[in-house]
Amino acid sequence: MINYIYLTTLLPLLGFVINGLFGRKIKNERIVGIIGSATVGLSFLVVLGAFIQTLGLPVEERSNTVNLFTWLSVGGLHIQFAYLVDQLSLTMSLIVTGVGFLIHVYSIGYMHGDKGIWRFFAYLNLFIFAMMNLVLGDNFVVLFLGWEGVGLCSYLLIGFWYDRKFEKGTTSQAAKKAFVVNRIGDFGFLLGMFLIYMTFDSLNFKEVFARAQAFPVAESTFGLIALFLFIGATGKSAQIPLFVWLPDAMAGPTPVSALIHAATMVTAGVYMVSRTSILFASAPAIMTVVAVVGALTALMAATIGLVQNDIKKVLAYSTVSQLGYMFLAAGVGAFSASIFHVMTHAFFKALLFLGAGSVIHGMHDEQNIQKYGGLKKYMPKTYATFFIAALAISGVPGLAGFFSKDEILWNAYSNGGFVFWLIGAVTALMTAFYMFRLVSLTFYGHERFDHHHVHPHESPSVMTVPLMILAFLSVVGGYIGLPKVFAGEHGNLFENWLEPIYAPAQEKLAMYSSSTHLEEILLMSISVALALYGIYFALHVYRKNPKIADNFANRFKSMYNLLLNKYFVDEVYEAAVVQPIQKGSEKVLWKFTDAKLIDGTVNGAATIVDKISGVIRKVQTGVAQSYALIMVAGIALVLLWLILSL
Amino acid sequence: MEQNLLLTYLLFTPVIGSVLVLFFRNEQKQLARWFGLIVSLIAFVISLVIYFRFNPTNPQFQFIYQVTWIKSLNISYHVGVDGISLLLVLLTTFLTPLTLLSTWKAIEKNVKMFTFSMLFLEAGMLGVFISLDIFLFYIFWEAMLIPMYFIIGIWGGERRIYASLKFFIYTMFGSLLMLVAIIWLTVYASGMLGKFTTSLVDLYKVGPTIPHQIQGWMFGAFFLSFAIKVPIFPLHTWLPDAHVEAPTAGSVILAGVLLKMGTYGLIRFCLPLFPQSAVQYAPLVSVLAVIGIIYGALVSMVQTDMKKLVAYSSVSHLGFVVLGIFAMTVESVQGAVIQMINHGLSTGALFLLVGILYERTHRRDIAFYGGIAKIVPLYATILMIASLSSIGLPGLNGFIGEFLILLGSFKSSVLNSWWFTIFAATGVIFAAVYLLWMYQRIVFGEVKNEELKHELTDMNLREMIVMVPILFFIVWIGVYPNTFLKLTEASTQSILQQVGTYTVNLLK
Repeated sequence: MINYIYLTTLLPLLGFVINGLFGRKIKNERIVGIIGSATVGLSFLVVLGAFIQTLGLPVEERSNTVNLFTWLSVGGLHIQFAYLVDQLSLTMSLIVTGVGFLIHVYSIGYMHGDKGIWRFFAYLNLFIFAMMNLVLGDNFVVLFLGWEGVGLCSYLLIGFWYDRKFEKGTTSQAAKKAFVVNRIGDFGFLLGMFLIYMTFDSLNFKEVFARAQAFPVAESTFGLIALFLFIGATGKSAQIPLFVWLPDAMAGPTPVSALIHAATMVTAGVYMVSRTSILFASAPAIMTVVAVVGALTALMAATIGLVQNDIKKVLAYSTVSQLGYMFLAAGVGAFSASIFHVMTHAFFKALLFLGAGSVIHGMHDEQNIQKYGGLKKYMPKTYATFFIAALAISGVPGLAGFFSKDEILWNAYSNGGFVFWLIGAVTALMTAFYMFRLVSLTFYGHERFDHHHVHPHESPSVMTVPLMILAFLSVVGGYIGLPKVFAGEHGNLFENWLEPIYAPAQEKLAMYSSSTHLEEILLMSISVALALYGIYFALHVYRKNPKIADNFANRFKSMYNLLLNKYFVDEVYEAAVVQPIQKGSEKVLWKFTDAKLIDGTVNGAATIVDKISGVIRKVQTGVAQSYALIMVAGIALVLLWLILSL
Repeated sequence: MEQNLLLTYLLFTPVIGSVLVLFFRNEQKQLARWFGLIVSLIAFVISLVIYFRFNPTNPQFQFIYQVTWIKSLNISYHVGVDGISLLLVLLTTFLTPLTLLSTWKAIEKNVKMFTFSMLFLEAGMLGVFISLDIFLFYIFWEAMLIPMYFIIGIWGGERRIYASLKFFIYTMFGSLLMLVAIIWLTVYASGMLGKFTTSLVDLYKVGPTIPHQIQGWMFGAFFLSFAIKVPIFPLHTWLPDAHVEAPTAGSVILAGVLLKMGTYGLIRFCLPLFPQSAVQYAPLVSVLAVIGIIYGALVSMVQTDMKKLVAYSSVSHLGFVVLGIFAMTVESVQGAVIQMINHGLSTGALFLLVGILYERTHRRDIAFYGGIAKIVPLYATILMIASLSSIGLPGLNGFIGEFLILLGSFKSSVLNSWWFTIFAATGVIFAAVYLLWMYQRIVFGEVKNEELKHELTDMNLREMIVMVPILFFIVWIGVYPNTFLKLTEASTQSILQQVGTYTVNLLK
């Protein structure tokens, strides 16, 4: 199946074309949904086939290139449109098409009755097409094609309900913000590509990585390359300072939030860092930057998540926070752990979003958790699955999130240092707290909604079945990555599978851990204890004594407001960046430089010419005598000059 | 040398067509329209024949035809194409029929004269691209001003007289400087070669031997003339006015082809004729180009008139082209050439689309619109694709050009600094801002004006026939640019080689 890997992009593209061109004419929305879902389902099967085939190959033959055609060929630059099928791209592809398929199916129910459903499925398929190019591309340019493509789909889908209001603005403003902030990141990514091409004379992954190992390249060059690429990653994966678009991206329909803004697209930055691990490993200083940014983002987003009241906003900040974990992992050299967390996070976060969607669906588009309460009895399936996902993300032992989070925390400690671990552990505590705050306010306690207008109901099975499958995965998904302390030196199947990808980077980093098993178990126990305490505390406060929360908020009012307003980052950006550029462009560049300075000069020159000609014209009086006079004067002058120059 | 008449057929098709159309009666509007369309289609077919017979691996001029014209001055009618000019010829013959078709409803006044002007203009543009005699080139260069002047001045908007005069004076001013330089150059050449010559091929040998300081002045004169046409910052202020006042067809041709004559001139004359000066002044020119990229984008962002917005975006996009040319690497110059085509397609498409709205509502202010996605979904989709192409989304044409230009300028030894690319690349961000913002305000949201519901109708068949071929190439160049890159590669290499041979010491 490896050789047919192009089907995984071709089929969704076909789905996009069919639904995009003819979807409007297909009156039956079920057919539209089936076309959209089937193309992704088939893609998943192809990936699965390729995965099984690759598993059967000896380790050294597990990286295969499938060449399609020459895309760009200029001078020394040759860009093939080719796919790289290896352990990393297969892992990502399985996540994208697998979780993607479930979300497509769910959307049939969620988008039921929406007039634009054909458009929705067309965009969703286009997204899968772009995302698969991103993860399968065998060079930076194909990756970038996917990279920008997913950005476009994100833009189209955030603004899907283009005539709706969102918070203070409109959905299309949120969409534009997402695209533009992503572009700022892309700017860095582009420069990274240019420097890579200049340094290694290629943009092909295999060539670049081989040369990066072999060439004597200055560390500062590697540093710049890694920094530029990381700027790209901060845009796509919503890290400090470019995270501001992701919370606003919640303006899109909830399945979009689940697919694009939780499970797949936002992890593209993590994938890219992981893919270029050798370049990052060659730049230790930037590795530290990655780890620090990751850790700080994890912490910052978690603190904001503590106080948000919009169910999707909580999950959005949670996503930012979890992505921070992934970068923390990558920054300390635990690339495999970061991808492991990409996978488990895809399961439980997609589940959380789809669960939230199910709640919103049942609550007639209400998203404020203060207006929920006691929904457990109305939507038992949604509740059960949501509860499992909340346990998983909180890191309760035995569930998927525990294994990947523990892997990251342990690596943060042993390769990074105590402070990294501490930030990670505190974040874990907060995560557990805000998740169960969410669970409590939504499903427990007394019903705070208006019974006359809102009639909560469980979602149809086309929505709940995907929830159950994801819940299943959120439980068992972690067991392929058991910690070494339990499973032995080669017991982590996930790490073994990805090991060849990171071997060069690991070699360069040459990490020798001096830590002991005892330390690992001790730290693990502490973080689990923290998570459990977070859960307990949240349940205690929000289920039993909601007053505690109010008292707390009142006592620390300024802190509470700071968090509620997300540290005012949006406002600062608006005042420090957006407004100056806009006002400056209008007042200084356009109305002054263009209209006054340049045009003024041009028109002024024309006026002067006009004036001078006005004067000269007077010479042409038509009176012969005055002409003669001037002639004589002229001759006299010439003669004078001749005499003087003799 | 073997003489080939194909280019002459191509050139004279619109010439003869424009003369014939004068014999029509004024009332025969529909006939004049059909006639213009057919003539321009014939020209397109001839250019396709040339394309298929063209040998892209040969860097020399092909399809050459040369006859002595003014014997005493040794001026000849000398035409031929290399890959670069052929591509621009194809752009011209491709856009002209589409533009003509787009005006079938918009132009009601004096259709006969309009068709005449458009065909005459096409001939002028083709002449500029295929002339291999510098004198002949100059004649076409100037001749082309006349129909454009009329197109803006007769069929334009309210301030059309001001705009057309500004356009005329700006470009005339540049042209005169170039004329002086041409005269000096040919006189100098006659001294060097022992005979008076205006042949470009001969002048290529002479130009690089001009004493340093004088060459600088020569370069300056040619450059200024082309820079006004491109236009390069700060010589751009004629462009927004011309665009806003011109009828849609005028804007499309102006943006699509006319501006390219400036960048074509830089490649065809400035670089190979004065290589030392070109290399010397490359950083300076590139600074202007980069300022143009950012400045054009920022000013575009705050426009309230759609057409003006697209016009300023041209300043930004052509900044990329100029940067690519003066970075003088294969990647960047190839990128610049393909970007000329891209800009012709995407900006041409944007102007056509603005025109389609204007035809229905007679409004161009962005604030008037809003929420039209509901009323005209097909239009909204096509506007989206054209905007994305202009933004440089990978998979569409704009990306290929920008990527190659930035990549090439980054490693350019002539520029020898990353800062050009770093600043230029911010244009990628701003492009997304101004186009998506415009799109959002026009297309998304609630329907803003009730009038829109009555006045707006979606794209009709004729408009689709105009847009679909453009969209087709927008995708083609994005997905498989090699078709076009291969056409120009040998010619690009040969020009850079010419520059390289004479400047090898300068660069070390």
